[in-house]
Amino acid sequence: MTGSIMDTFFEECEELLEAMDAGLAAIEEGDQDAETVNAVFRAVHSIKGGAGAFGLDDLVAFAHNFETVFDDVRSNKLQLDEKLVQLLFRASDHLSDLVTCARDGGEVDQAHHDVLISALGEYIDDDEEELVFEPMGVGAAFDPAPLPSLAEAKEATFDIRFHPLKEMFDTGNEPYFLFQALSDLGELTVRLDDSELPGYDAMEDGESYLSWELTLVTSENRSAIEAVFEFVEGLCELSISSEGEEEADADALAALNAAFGLPPVEEESAVALPLEQPVPDAVETPAPVDAVAEVEVTPVPEVESEKVAIKAAGSKKESTKSSGPKPTLRVELDRVDRLINAVGELIINHSMLAQQIANLDVSDTRDVETELEGFKNLARDIQEGVMAIRAQPVKPLFQRMARIVREASAATGKTAKLITIGETTEVDKTVIERLADPLTHILRNAVDHGIESPEARAAAGKEKGGEITLTAAHRSGSVCIEVKDDGAGLNRKKIRQIAIDKGLIPENAELNDSEIDNLLFLPGFSTAKEISNLSGRGVGMDVVKNAVTALGGRVNISSNPGQGSVFSIILPLTLAVMDGMVVSVAGHTMVVPITAIVETMRGNDDMINNLGADGTLLSIRGSFVPICDVAGSLGLRSNTGDEPAGVYLLVETENGDRCALAVDDIHDQRQVVIKSLDGVCGNVPGVSAATILGDGKIAMILDPESIVTASSSAAVFDTDRRMSNAIAS
Amino acid sequence: MQLQAETKHTEHSEFVSFTVASQAFCLKITQIREIRRWQPVTVLPHAPADVLGVMNLRGAVIPIYDLSARFGLEQAEASERNVVIVVSVHDKPVGLLAESVSEIISIDPEDIQETPQVDSRNTMDFIQGIISQNDEMVRIINLNAVIASTEQVAL
Repeated sequence: MTGSIMDTFFEECEELLEAMDAGLAAIEEGDQDAETVNAVFRAVHSIKGGAGAFGLDDLVAFAHNFETVFDDVRSNKLQLDEKLVQLLFRASDHLSDLVTCARDGGEVDQAHHDVLISALGEYIDDDEEELVFEPMGVGAAFDPAPLPSLAEAKEATFDIRFHPLKEMFDTGNEPYFLFQALSDLGELTVRLDDSELPGYDAMEDGESYLSWELTLVTSENRSAIEAVFEFVEGLCELSISSEGEEEADADALAALNAAFGLPPVEEESAVALPLEQPVPDAVETPAPVDAVAEVEVTPVPEVESEKVAIKAAGSKKESTKSSGPKPTLRVELDRVDRLINAVGELIINHSMLAQQIANLDVSDTRDVETELEGFKNLARDIQEGVMAIRAQPVKPLFQRMARIVREASAATGKTAKLITIGETTEVDKTVIERLADPLTHILRNAVDHGIESPEARAAAGKEKGGEITLTAAHRSGSVCIEVKDDGAGLNRKKIRQIAIDKGLIPENAELNDSEIDNLLFLPGFSTAKEISNLSGRGVGMDVVKNAVTALGGRVNISSNPGQGSVFSIILPLTLAVMDGMVVSVAGHTMVVPITAIVETMRGNDDMINNLGADGTLLSIRGSFVPICDVAGSLGLRSNTGDEPAGVYLLVETENGDRCALAVDDIHDQRQVVIKSLDGVCGNVPGVSAATILGDGKIAMILDPESIVTASSSAAVFDTDRRMSNAIAS
Repeated sequence: MQLQAETKHTEHSEFVSFTVASQAFCLKITQIREIRRWQPVTVLPHAPADVLGVMNLRGAVIPIYDLSARFGLEQAEASERNVVIVVSVHDKPVGLLAESVSEIISIDPEDIQETPQVDSRNTMDFIQGIISQNDEMVRIINLNAVIASTEQVAL
């Protein structure tokens, strides 16, 4: 029981931490809007509240310090300068560590913890009260939290009119606790207004009819009172006016609010957070207790239609105004995956049906085919819908990366800033999860090896702080993620020398720049001379490459000396289904991804030109592209001039090279379900995955990119082949 | 007395014996998921000789190994009469091509003899022990050794 509640808490923490990071990032960007600051404050506050309920003391204590500083920011007592923002970032990182420790067990870096606490402490006024949160058992009363008594402060009288909406009770809020909190601020007089209470017959169950008029004599200011009502914002009609304090204005506002049924204080959406206000012991029970009890027991009646209209307007306003996330549903991933598998089977089933019908000896199948087409479209709709469930924006991933860069720059003493572009790009959840490690690695490398030290940068005439740009974008059926730094670029001479020293390439190997760059991805290559604790923990970029390849993607490096390097990761959009062209190659049925194909054509002898001993070029409208025999490249046929029947698929590789893939025939174009060969037979060169065709047979899905690179660089140094040879031997 | 008989009975393990390149092999019955008739498989490019290809097992893609090639025995063209023994290695289904399945034999663990020292490491690794059944030698396959080392090569 407790376990599941705690799980929920930690799930919420994830979201809250994300919201906090997002808010902090926005603040760093210069958006110091009250709403943004509030969002962060609320996130920290909610984490604290939840942690308090579970007795996670470390977390509570830290969150409290964090929150206190933020509260001062909120009330403009503290100015958000760069130093403070950086501290807040570190604090947010630490808070997320604390949450992780609380969830998975494990030790927090105590020294770091203390440093941050004292750093935050410098910003906290000494006269701030120390709030103590006690673990709260189910059904136990709240513990009182003593609030500061500033006796010498000037007292003022506030008139508060409070009318809870029905929704307030729906969310479990309780006026009684609010009044108790108010009575703590000063001397509170409560008067119940039951004038709207209809006759017993007209009462509607669950409706709210009661209002209260409160008079509070307090030394606190208006915001302290508003803070009490913070968690019922939007769930009640509230007006606060004080004698001498813009009374007329407040009245006018209250009247307006009443007219439109709007929450008067701020315009943010009502977040149904649990009541976490410090609530005092019920020593001096204020007057409205009986009234509250009445509300609880009375089945309350329907209101006048006018009121309903007002409330409708109010809630509408709420939904449009709401800057918070859209309502979401938490579903176990397993369930979604089951659905995805079922949809995959459905698509296979469709092609089986289509094949069966084609095999039937029936002359007129048009009607059936029309229906079958409808079936296909429906299946595609379902599939897209299901995939959309799994698709998630890369934003959380990018936010985590911001942290990596912060930590990496702190550890290396360099200044680097991460700029993220395209955070809303949606990618399959699995892809996001599995990208975290490779991206972390690339970013650490970028800070550690890419960005120069501030002095070196100054000498090169660059700005002191390095810049790393992390971009995500959709590009013709794939997702492209790019990490670009403005550092020194790859040191090719050094890379080459290391590769020779480690016996990865022969000393006399002639490599062009891009081949040298790709040496980084060879296993056993690590440029760090000493194993720094940042990057180069014995694992090299080959890990990055393997992780990306396992997702059916590719990594490319490009680099300009003195200007920096770019790592691009190109990934398929979905991991489950794709559009493919069914072809036959030396008697085998295979599938080529549609996205890779520029055009298809039937060639004749006139179009084929020999180049050198065994190179052949296809002439297409005056330009020549190299021909790559798929069967030969896959080792399915000896490559001895026995050219296939001459159907060519013109493909374009990532770096813009074109190549004509020679296949025997094209059969069909259809959706295929991707079945990973991962764990079935490891990495097969030239093949990205497999699929099941309509006849139940398995067909290989080709990876044109690797076929083209394998054949074009066969004569020169070939990373992929070397790798497979090295491992196989 | 009866109790003793029962415990004795549970000590017996059941094995499925089959022939590969005219030699008798067997696997524990609990290791076997199902036995299917041979159907042409989809060839994997650049695959080692003992990997025949992949097969569709109710929507899952499973690799098929040729046991005779794996053991370095004479390879025969697979035909309709051959069978694929689907086993589960590390929770993943894997198909093994065998000539034919013979019978289910019940063996007392005490009757299992250690593999005699022979001059081939592969053989020593792959064969867990031998049993004498009807004057014929039946070799118990060490499944994990057979598949694990294959996976390494493929990876």
